[in-house]
Amino acid sequence: MTLAIHLAYWQQTIVKSIAVLLCVLLPAGAFVNLFLFKMSSFMQSRLGPMEAGPHGQLQLLAEVGKSLQKEDIVPAKADEKLFKLAPYLIVASVLLVYVVVPFGPDAYFTNLDVGIFYALAVSSISVIGILIAGWASANKYSLLGGLRAAGQLIAYELPMVLAVVGVVIQAGTMNMQGIVAAQANGEIFGLGAIGNPYILTQFVGFMIFLIAAQAELTQTPFDMPVAESEIVAGYMTEYSGLRFLLFFIAEFASVGAFGALAATLFLGGWYLPGLDLTANYMNVVGPLILFTKIIVIAGVIFFVRFTYPRFREDQLQKVAWTFLIPLSLANIFLTAILKVVF
Amino acid sequence: MPPKPKVPGLIKGLGVTFKEMTKTMFPNEGLKKLIPSPSKGAHTVQYPHVKEAPPTRARGVIALLEENCTVCMLCARSCPDWCIYIEGHKYKAPPRREGGKERTVSALDRFDIDYALCMYCGICVEVCPFDALFWTPEYEYSEPRIADLLHDKERLGEWMDTVPEYEPYEAGSEAKVKKLPKKGAK
Amino acid sequence: MTAVSDRQQLQYIAGQAADARVNVELETEGMTLNLGPQHPATHGTLRIIVKLDGEQVVSADPVMGYMHRGYEKLVEVRTYPQITTLINRIDWLSSFANEVPFILAAEKLMDVEAPPRAQWIRTILFEMARVANIGLFLGEMGLQLGAMTAAFYAFRDREFVLNQIEAVTGGRFHPNFDRIGGLKDDLPKGWIDETKRVMQRMREFCDEMEELLVGNEIFQARMRGIGVIPAEIGLSYGLSGANIRASGVDWDIRRDSKLSPLPYDQLDWQVWTHPDGDSFARYWVRMQETREATKLVDQLLDGLPGGSIMAKVPRIIKVPEGEAYVETENPLGAMGYYIVSRGDLGPFRVKIRSASFNNVSIAPWVLRGVYVPDVITILGSLYFILGDIDR
Repeated sequence: MTLAIHLAYWQQTIVKSIAVLLCVLLPAGAFVNLFLFKMSSFMQSRLGPMEAGPHGQLQLLAEVGKSLQKEDIVPAKADEKLFKLAPYLIVASVLLVYVVVPFGPDAYFTNLDVGIFYALAVSSISVIGILIAGWASANKYSLLGGLRAAGQLIAYELPMVLAVVGVVIQAGTMNMQGIVAAQANGEIFGLGAIGNPYILTQFVGFMIFLIAAQAELTQTPFDMPVAESEIVAGYMTEYSGLRFLLFFIAEFASVGAFGALAATLFLGGWYLPGLDLTANYMNVVGPLILFTKIIVIAGVIFFVRFTYPRFREDQLQKVAWTFLIPLSLANIFLTAILKVVF
Repeated sequence: MPPKPKVPGLIKGLGVTFKEMTKTMFPNEGLKKLIPSPSKGAHTVQYPHVKEAPPTRARGVIALLEENCTVCMLCARSCPDWCIYIEGHKYKAPPRREGGKERTVSALDRFDIDYALCMYCGICVEVCPFDALFWTPEYEYSEPRIADLLHDKERLGEWMDTVPEYEPYEAGSEAKVKKLPKKGAK
Repeated sequence: MTAVSDRQQLQYIAGQAADARVNVELETEGMTLNLGPQHPATHGTLRIIVKLDGEQVVSADPVMGYMHRGYEKLVEVRTYPQITTLINRIDWLSSFANEVPFILAAEKLMDVEAPPRAQWIRTILFEMARVANIGLFLGEMGLQLGAMTAAFYAFRDREFVLNQIEAVTGGRFHPNFDRIGGLKDDLPKGWIDETKRVMQRMREFCDEMEELLVGNEIFQARMRGIGVIPAEIGLSYGLSGANIRASGVDWDIRRDSKLSPLPYDQLDWQVWTHPDGDSFARYWVRMQETREATKLVDQLLDGLPGGSIMAKVPRIIKVPEGEAYVETENPLGAMGYYIVSRGDLGPFRVKIRSASFNNVSIAPWVLRGVYVPDVITILGSLYFILGDIDR
């Protein structure tokens, strides 16, 4: 790291751990405040929370404080160890995804050569967490929610991976920094002014990635696992207090994680055309640019979430297996051909 | 049979919510359109900072004009919940003229309405033949203790200050607008 | 190849036997799920005991009575004005519509007819109650399916109708406005113009719901073909209102059985039916009914006759001996009151025929073999109110 002071390895680890926690909490808090409290409220002709702080900006603190002081309830028949383990698994998987996202030329936690492969693999750990939560709650509604989640999340892993393969083919590398550099330095039909953000050439892949991400995050219209009007809260029914807060944070933080992946893969990451790719000040400006792009993508995700009704489970699976996967396979085919030809 | 929509329905749905969001955030007309003022655009008001006035006929609370009450007990008898408690006594008043008979006058001892039981139906107000009970649109009288919801004579008399005047009727109606009795006129 | 060799036949039989063994070993138990009295989807405290095989329903059993308030016993000791207050609360979303059949039955027994202005205002309030109730259904069906924004729009636009009802009667949900022989009071000044504006607003709301929900492919995929009720089955279970009209039966009490005092035959309106009989048909029929009701209110407001609003009835009302049954087309279906009178201040016995009780009785039949999400869709599209079921 090109810092003015020299830190020992263990000090760097501490800084990185705090930074990754911040990375998770900051987007989660921003999304809850901006989208859940304000955007959904304005869509519904109301104002949202207004009492805590000016225009309700401190409502987040109030919610956290409220959740922390609640009674710790574990159902009598629940499998205690698994019940307590589940939220931590999901939060851990979200934290691990942020580790490979590059925030600037030198601002990253680690620069794996299989960056995107690792990110997609690690995001699947949350499926285990959801299944454990559903089973260990000793509640039929939770069980239904957990089983639905298992089917849905596994089904939608495939379109997501296949959509990303198109980007990898075009970039030529799985390294996240490499993908950002490829988009920055690339050209479209000879015009290099704005680089080559893959949303333009991989538009189909982008749409598939967004739809699959919506399903991975169990947001409406793919929120069968947490279908509020049917199975109360799905796999989260029996959780309260701090554990529910962890689920909540994990849900919104994973929106941020997938938004970060989408921004890096399709929108150009921390780079804006016209800026320097290797300068030192980009370590400060880069995160801001990336954050803006994450907010745009999260805005789209939440906008769709608050508008549409939800799919039924078998319709969900049909969309994944008969529509998205063939489309993404065709996308890969076309990308490979065009990459060789041009 | 509804016709097949031309624009894909999914996009139109997004358009509806987007339009509502912008309507809430930018409700001003003309040049000021770009200034966001969601407090004005939203359909909700921030109670208790802003209070909306209910219509004139809204059934908020019942007020008692004690001078008009003759303890006929019609209201207590016609209440579906039997939530009006009345006690009175008769006393002999001196005759109006010289050499006349003594008059029996009813006096009201106790007139309580239990708002924990009251169904806000208005039958008592309607059947009172002497115009002693009136509706007012006041609604902010909730109490921390249920026992405090029993309003006695004095409290019901205080509500009389909030009774609004009767509204004029629509054209074509034959009903006559009633007038509020002035206090002290009996 | 025409002949199957012996070896292949043997293999086939062995395969079948192996399958049978596996099926017996993996015999799965069904799960009994309690869509219990407290649940976000049932409109109140309805309990449905559902036996599931995976996500498919094997049998469904509604258990009612968690909200029974004993109306028919309560009204035995009350007078007619007091009963009018109580019955407002049977179907709490359609405020005025609960009182209409009761008052009509009592007027039939007393052989008194309210003046024309009162009948027209009664019909206006009746149709406004329909707009308010079914308008809420249009948005809240989206909520059952997951589109929470639609429900907020429904509540927001319903407020305008409730404000109008409050301006004239004094109460939003429980107007308590109908009296034997007429109405309690007349319309305040400016009410007619404002109500016309509100009805125009409700028409725009219906258009908004059409764009937001009806045109939505996800909504159609969830609702089309789900919960098909053929017309004969529906009629044999006693379905009424929009539920049976969505199965193609052209039956509307307002037009067919001559609610003679109410001026429906003098107005220009139509009855909507749909041949499919699935949940989408029920939703669509109700949307068209709401639009029709707003047009009815506009016509009624335009043609409102002048005059008094109360006929000559004695102060203390004693209904003469006899029995009368009047059924009207309430927002939820056909609601009727059967009054048995012995000449007293109050009735001897009142039997309340509520629409939702019969509407929900079809649940065991229609819920066989559907998935769990479809249970919510079907129950939502049948649209019952618990107060109406349990009384």
